[in-house]
Amino acid sequence: MTEIIQTKQLVFAYPAEEGAAAVNALDGVDLTIEQGSFTVILGHNGSGKSTLAKHMNAVLLPGGGTVWVDGMDTKDESLLLEIRRQVGMVFQNPDNQIVANVVEEDVAFGPENLGVPTEEIQERVGAALRTVGMDAFSLHAPHKLSGGQKQRIAIAGVIAMEPACIVMDESTAMLDPCGRREVLDTVRRLNRVKGMTIVLITHHMDEAAMADRVVVMDSGRVVMDGPPREILVRMEDLRAIGLDVPHTVELLRGLREDGFDVPLSALSVEECAQAIIKSL
Amino acid sequence: MLKDITLGQFFPGNSLAHRLDPRTKLILTVLYIVALFCAKWFVSYALVAALLVLSVKVSGVAPKALVRGLKPVLFLICFTAVLNLLYTPGDPLVSFWIFKITKQGISTAFFMVLRIMMLIMGTFLLTYTTSPIALTDGLETLLGPLKKLKAPVHELSMMMSIALRFIPLLIEETDKIMSAQKARGADFESGNLLQRAKALVPILVPLFISAFRRADELAVAMECRCYHGGEGRTKLHVLQYAARDYGVLLVYGAVLAGVLALAGFGL
Repeated sequence: MTEIIQTKQLVFAYPAEEGAAAVNALDGVDLTIEQGSFTVILGHNGSGKSTLAKHMNAVLLPGGGTVWVDGMDTKDESLLLEIRRQVGMVFQNPDNQIVANVVEEDVAFGPENLGVPTEEIQERVGAALRTVGMDAFSLHAPHKLSGGQKQRIAIAGVIAMEPACIVMDESTAMLDPCGRREVLDTVRRLNRVKGMTIVLITHHMDEAAMADRVVVMDSGRVVMDGPPREILVRMEDLRAIGLDVPHTVELLRGLREDGFDVPLSALSVEECAQAIIKSL
Repeated sequence: MLKDITLGQFFPGNSLAHRLDPRTKLILTVLYIVALFCAKWFVSYALVAALLVLSVKVSGVAPKALVRGLKPVLFLICFTAVLNLLYTPGDPLVSFWIFKITKQGISTAFFMVLRIMMLIMGTFLLTYTTSPIALTDGLETLLGPLKKLKAPVHELSMMMSIALRFIPLLIEETDKIMSAQKARGADFESGNLLQRAKALVPILVPLFISAFRRADELAVAMECRCYHGGEGRTKLHVLQYAARDYGVLLVYGAVLAGVLALAGFGL
């Protein structure tokens, strides 16, 4: 497997307010994201997870260390457009990332900036809207759509640029459960069907359960890294850094303490139910 | 109360007026305005009015909607009428105290009111039949040659379309802030003008802060989608003139020529 994003000893500090000492938001992060993988980055507020995301397409530049996107150093300004074309970013607030008044115009915004010929833009817009299941809305006004729909439009806008990787910076945080489901189903499909690399920043544990790999951050460092079945069952460690464990893990743990023979690693509700039925 | 704002309201449709190229419609509007201002007497006004009626008919826009557009400027119209009525020198008909109403005054006032009303209805017809996006697109291409003079044409049209995109959002937000302030006992409806203006401060401050925050986020999002100014940008829809555009332009040009000819005879 080849890596699409790689960070080495990445350090970053936001400019300190007067009188306060600068605290490193990122404090020596070494991380490699493989092409085609689905990685969830977990962490409570202020753990540095969003700061890390913003380094992945050169919105922020490293204060120390290096970030490579598909082999390109993000500090090289001449490569900026190519880096941002490779790694698309979807943000938290859907309203603040939609540029145009009409859905199709917004999806076309990225390809227009890249100078893609008109006929190809039209093809790409159609394909991107079909991928996120919003092709029936191509002529609608974005402000009349629901949060989940708007976020899918934002994803379509990124897909239309044909990136290798999509970074979702807490893109589900402002959505209701229904909208979250829509968006998560869309990115999962993108990963499974189109082989697109997904990096999902979140603090929802159930979203972490669907990834290939979970990276847990605390005070600007990577503290845990591995498949969800290994990470999400570490109840004490996760609680110690202000994170919750999935309800299924909590339930299974409780059952286990009471003497039932159940595995801890059944993360989804169905798996958990199956595991309990089996042990009864 | 904020829902009443009709800024650049657009009625979707599929009439000839809707299908015209936005650039054509912008040029037509300019021709219409020039004709209106060159009109001197009833005959030429009748000609321009006939053009307006025909255009409205073709566009399928309800005349009521056009008349409604006049309401906000009613005060301006009355004010102009009164000023023209009282301050035009000429043969006095009635006079009292320092005011004189002259024959010329009556006719100037009448034509001025007619002109303003037709001007507003004509321009409203443009915004009613053209989506804001098409309008900014049309403006950008029409003003394109100015880019050679280093005029920021692309930037202006981008600003305009972003402003249009955020108007509904900001209106919604204002409503929310107002409700939040009302829930905490703010009073926007009573008191004199000064007190009411003061009551707006707690709405405007949070609105501005949030608008700046939005602008910041939007700028980052645009950069992430490789926005780097107008250079080398392509378009999803490229504007193209069709036969109908030339036809309609010809009709409007003929009316303008007619009005100019009539004005030569003082009609």
